Amino acid sequence: MAKRSIVPFGPQHPVLPEPVHLDLVLEDETVVGAVPSIGYVHRGLESLVKKRDFKQYVYIAERICGICSCGHGLGYCMAVENVMGIEVPDRARYLRVIWVEMSRIHSHLLWLGLLADALGFESLFMESWRIREKILDMFDETTGGRIIHSVNKVGGVQKDMDSSMLRHLLETIKDIEREMKPLVDTFLQDYTVQSRLKGTGILKKDDAILLGAVGPMLRASGVEYDTRLLGYGAYKDLSVEPIVSGDGDSYGRCEVRLKELFQSFDLIREAIGKIPEGDIQTPVKGNPSGEYFMRIEQPRGEAIYYVKGNGTKFLDRFRLRTPTTSNIPPLVETLKGCQLADVPVLILTIDPCISCTER
Amino acid sequence: MEKARAFTLAGRMLKNLFREPATTQYPFALADYPERMRGHVRIEINDCISCGLCMRSCPSDAIAVDRKAGTWTIERFDCVQCGSCVSVCPKKCLFMEKGYTEPDSVKKSETFTKLQTE
Repeated sequence: MAKRSIVPFGPQHPVLPEPVHLDLVLEDETVVGAVPSIGYVHRGLESLVKKRDFKQYVYIAERICGICSCGHGLGYCMAVENVMGIEVPDRARYLRVIWVEMSRIHSHLLWLGLLADALGFESLFMESWRIREKILDMFDETTGGRIIHSVNKVGGVQKDMDSSMLRHLLETIKDIEREMKPLVDTFLQDYTVQSRLKGTGILKKDDAILLGAVGPMLRASGVEYDTRLLGYGAYKDLSVEPIVSGDGDSYGRCEVRLKELFQSFDLIREAIGKIPEGDIQTPVKGNPSGEYFMRIEQPRGEAIYYVKGNGTKFLDRFRLRTPTTSNIPPLVETLKGCQLADVPVLILTIDPCISCTER
Repeated sequence: MEKARAFTLAGRMLKNLFREPATTQYPFALADYPERMRGHVRIEINDCISCGLCMRSCPSDAIAVDRKAGTWTIERFDCVQCGSCVSVCPKKCLFMEKGYTEPDSVKKSETFTKLQTE
């Protein structure tokens, strides 16, 4: 048996946009075990529900993370709406879906860029982020913010999109789709990308289910599970098909996310085609009393929002289980047996979001 | 395949030779902000009734309203541009304007005082 050694990885590492630490147990260059630890960016945002009223907390929920901000606002609002029994107008449901799908596009493009960067493929990284800029500009035009949108509120949405905006969005999506084609070809067919992704970090279907993987990580292992199928928001009126890949390796995760981008384009088109006229918000009276678990599909996977109200304007408890929390045990599993040089790419393939995880 | 790649490369090179740069020269060419951009909060102080709803709705406690003195104070560096105050204002005298506030070396607040009408 080779001599075992422990190599600390992170919290500061060129591939990590956020701090996470791993103690890698190595036998020569092969990883035989990994012990993850977090706790570098904890901000205590959950306990702020006791100091900010439930309407103000939407703005805090959105600021838990920059990339999933739209989804966090939406998940929190829907949890409170379910506690209070508020019926959201149809137009607001559709607008929410459009914004959440736009945020999925920008999150996946960001991830593709980071992956290309981790592989050392600089031009592919630049190209992904250049395309992402278009969707951020679209956010800026429709919501007033590139990253933090502040459009969700308890009872509906704050801003409407008029027909010219919707038309501009359709044109932008068409542009992005056209520009995505060479990008997809490079990610899926280029041999330099394939040599780093194919066959590395394999997560078997049974392991993925047993370890509680979520989102693209789970779907890349061949499990047809997508929280959007629950039909929250306007998803019950739209055609959502889970995108799966059977390989369970890093290449599969990349493929799932690329295909989800195109699914999001289609969902936005479908939502714009079906969007009804009408109000965008319902007046909210009273305070929440009761509790609710809300599950939504964030770009990184299933997120759970738990809200407990006590009849006053301050909530008793707000709890968020983020996709990265669930994806850390599968990550540790995929790291076993890989080479030390593959560790950065494998950490990246779960699309880690540490700010969300620590809140 | 190789032929097609050579053409792509040549085409891109020719295009890059003649097209304008993708970046803009910042201080000379200013950024073009969209209409809805949440840049900073502006107040029409003479329409303000000092009800204090904006102060109470602000998640970052950036606004202070003094009814007696007739002042409205905002900590520009604490404001997170969420637009909460603008949406609750009953007199609609708060506006979300485009364009960011100036950077500074110290945290400063800005106070607006109502004109006294006798």
